[in-house]
Amino acid sequence: MLEESGSEGPVGIGSGIAAPDVGVLSAARADTPRPMMVLNGVSKSFGQMQALSQVDLEIYAGEVHVLLGENGAGKSTLIKTLAGIYAPDAGEILLDGNRLALGGPSDARRAGISVIHQELALVPHLTVEENIVLGREPRFLIPGSIDRRVQRETARRALELVGFDGDPRGKVANLTTARQQLVEIAKALAHRSRILVMDEPTASISERDATNLHAIIGDLKRRGVAIVFISHRMREVFELADRVTILRDGRKILTTLPDATTPELLIKAMVGRTVGSFYQRLERFVAGEVILETRALCSAAGLVDMNIVVRSGEVVGLAGLVGSGRTEFARAVFGLDRRTGGEVLLHQLPLPADPVRAVRSGIAFVPESRKEHGLALTKSVCDNLTLPALWKIFPHGFRSRRRAAGVARGLIERLRIATRSTRQPVRTLSGGNQQKVVIGKWLPIEGNRRLIIIDEPTRGIDVGAKAEILKLVEGLAAEGCGILMISSELPEVVGFCDRVYVLQSGTVRGELSGAHLTEEAIMKLAVHHDS
Amino acid sequence: MTETTEMSAIRTFRSDAGAPLDPELRSIIARFVVLAVLCAGVALLNENFLSVANFTNVLRQASLLFLIAAGATLVIIAGAIDLSVGAILTLSACVAAGVMHATGSSGLGIATALAIGISAGLANGILVAGLRLPPFLVTYGMLWILSGGALYYMGGIPITGFPREFRFLGSGFLLGIPVPILIMIAIALAGSVVLHMTTVGQQMVMMGANRAAATLAGIPVRRNLICVYVASGACAGLAAVVALGRVNSADPGMGDPLLLPSIAAILVGGTSLFGGTGTLLGTALGALLLTIVLNAMNLLTIGSAWQPFATGIVLVGAMLADAFLNRRRS
Repeated sequence: MLEESGSEGPVGIGSGIAAPDVGVLSAARADTPRPMMVLNGVSKSFGQMQALSQVDLEIYAGEVHVLLGENGAGKSTLIKTLAGIYAPDAGEILLDGNRLALGGPSDARRAGISVIHQELALVPHLTVEENIVLGREPRFLIPGSIDRRVQRETARRALELVGFDGDPRGKVANLTTARQQLVEIAKALAHRSRILVMDEPTASISERDATNLHAIIGDLKRRGVAIVFISHRMREVFELADRVTILRDGRKILTTLPDATTPELLIKAMVGRTVGSFYQRLERFVAGEVILETRALCSAAGLVDMNIVVRSGEVVGLAGLVGSGRTEFARAVFGLDRRTGGEVLLHQLPLPADPVRAVRSGIAFVPESRKEHGLALTKSVCDNLTLPALWKIFPHGFRSRRRAAGVARGLIERLRIATRSTRQPVRTLSGGNQQKVVIGKWLPIEGNRRLIIIDEPTRGIDVGAKAEILKLVEGLAAEGCGILMISSELPEVVGFCDRVYVLQSGTVRGELSGAHLTEEAIMKLAVHHDS
Repeated sequence: MTETTEMSAIRTFRSDAGAPLDPELRSIIARFVVLAVLCAGVALLNENFLSVANFTNVLRQASLLFLIAAGATLVIIAGAIDLSVGAILTLSACVAAGVMHATGSSGLGIATALAIGISAGLANGILVAGLRLPPFLVTYGMLWILSGGALYYMGGIPITGFPREFRFLGSGFLLGIPVPILIMIAIALAGSVVLHMTTVGQQMVMMGANRAAATLAGIPVRRNLICVYVASGACAGLAAVVALGRVNSADPGMGDPLLLPSIAAILVGGTSLFGGTGTLLGTALGALLLTIVLNAMNLLTIGSAWQPFATGIVLVGAMLADAFLNRRRS
């Protein structure tokens, strides 16, 4: 299966000088090994956001190279660049010393690079075998037909390499996540991949499956496959990694050997101090009465015994890695996910799991993804700005366009939303202005003891709009609203929140405030120590 | 909001006065113009077109198409679809015919037709909103179930001959205007008021534009879905009454030829199949446009084999024109 890689390399060492064809590779391996893949000054930006800047990286055959970084540090952009999904704005990627032009994911696959994303890319209703050969099915005599025998054999050999013990002719949809992962790896091997990139493969599987995966990774490594691995589990990083590279704000901070460092040093390097200005709170307010209290809240989306309190005038942060349960908590409180246990109390009264009731009780929810959950993109600024408060603006159920436009104008004015008219579709606004609409639409439901839930309020918008939005949120806290802010930007969390809950695996791992509220302290609680 | 902030806001947004017309209003005007040009053209080619007899006939035909499409327009605007309207009409008409045949009561007949329409709509709504099944599948399944019900109920024998006062709703005149046209105007007005002048109507539009955003804004999405399906069923029930009164006969195939033209009328009227945009006035214009094209072909003695072809041309032409106009704007 993997005949061309690793295992037979060292044989050629002795004859290295005589036979240049084989020798270049072999000699290099013997003395100073030459990297299989080199990234030189790779940069990528999205609009005003610089996702990667000048990243250099070397990847060797037979190594496990761990990428570490906070949410938004650029790990995902980097692996999507390797996968050919994004084309870098600047810099080059070399494979075996040759410049690689990746026009798309299929080019990367042909070059021997396979990426296993967090959301697995298998076709659920096809069988395991069919998925493994997908895209390069063996032909049987005429085009369009599939040679089932060759397909079965190819799949069998690849599945053997990863120790897959399920039914190769069963549907992928019926497999556990861990087994689906194995199928993805087998698929990569069947496509003769030499570089395997895995995005947090152990985040969503059990301890036992993770141990199994580690063994397979060790095996692949011995066969000369290069493995790029993203993980937040410190113990795993130290067990598996040959080298560790830390990214922060799209830059490579350092590459180090695990033996030469400690988890504490790595965490410090991950958070660091970010350059650039971010919004500083003008003043802090005295926390008043309790607005929201959850007692042992559990949900179908994976929350376990969440106890959280938000008081009037307080900005409470929810920190944690992606998938730690931050958004899920907000959804459970708002009534979007089924609650499976515990209580949600709003102003000391039980709050039923119903978004309609939540909005009528004064809860505002500013979701993470503006385009999917926040805005009706084709509709006007006015339509969007008046949506949650229709019942408040028109208590008798009759709507007048003039009155709606009047309310919208007031909000546009107050939030300084840059739009030509109230009738402009929100699709045409900039990201920052769209975000102002997503937040602004909750303002007409007035009240000074409201709960405002804001999920990643400053993601993907420019610095100026960021400051304006945070100032607006601070103003709501000053009026006496309780703010629950979910954010992946640690400097923002530390600088803006009065108190922070750090979540991990769907539960609260710790609560930080005052002098204890630092980026290092948050990361320490957020990453898996497995102990 | 105080007087001063209102004032300053208006000053900044004086541009609203000169701002582009509402896209929905623009699309209505465009359709009106096309309709006027079409009528003028046909009238020049054939003097019978504008005769009272012919024009009343056209309007009467269009009104039936509109009635069956009116409720379904709301369903599509709210982001779902109703493929069962033709079958609802069939079952409502057949059972109502049977009831009238047995009792001789027009009132009971009308009540039966409406009750069946509303119940079928409610069933659609509960399956789609309550059990979260895909609207296409639910209403397509309902189409077969209701058609099957009508076939079983009729047992292969059509029912004909209804009380005079019942037939009034389908073929009578009031102040010289055919009653179905008055019903069409009433439904179009009432529906437009709900859609454009109530908060519920606005909620329907917005949930069609983005269901997730509407849910997060506290819009009772499921309740509204049930409402639009009930409205659609009720309209189909009403259309059944009109259709029975007009043809004076019920048979289990009467709704089938209406489903696809009704969807064509909705789409020609400028309602987006993806939800979030659309008007009842547009559907009325769409129904008129399609009916007039077919009528003109009859008058100009163009073979009836060309009629589906013409419907297709009108449909694709409307889509093309909208796409072209929207692209030029942005």
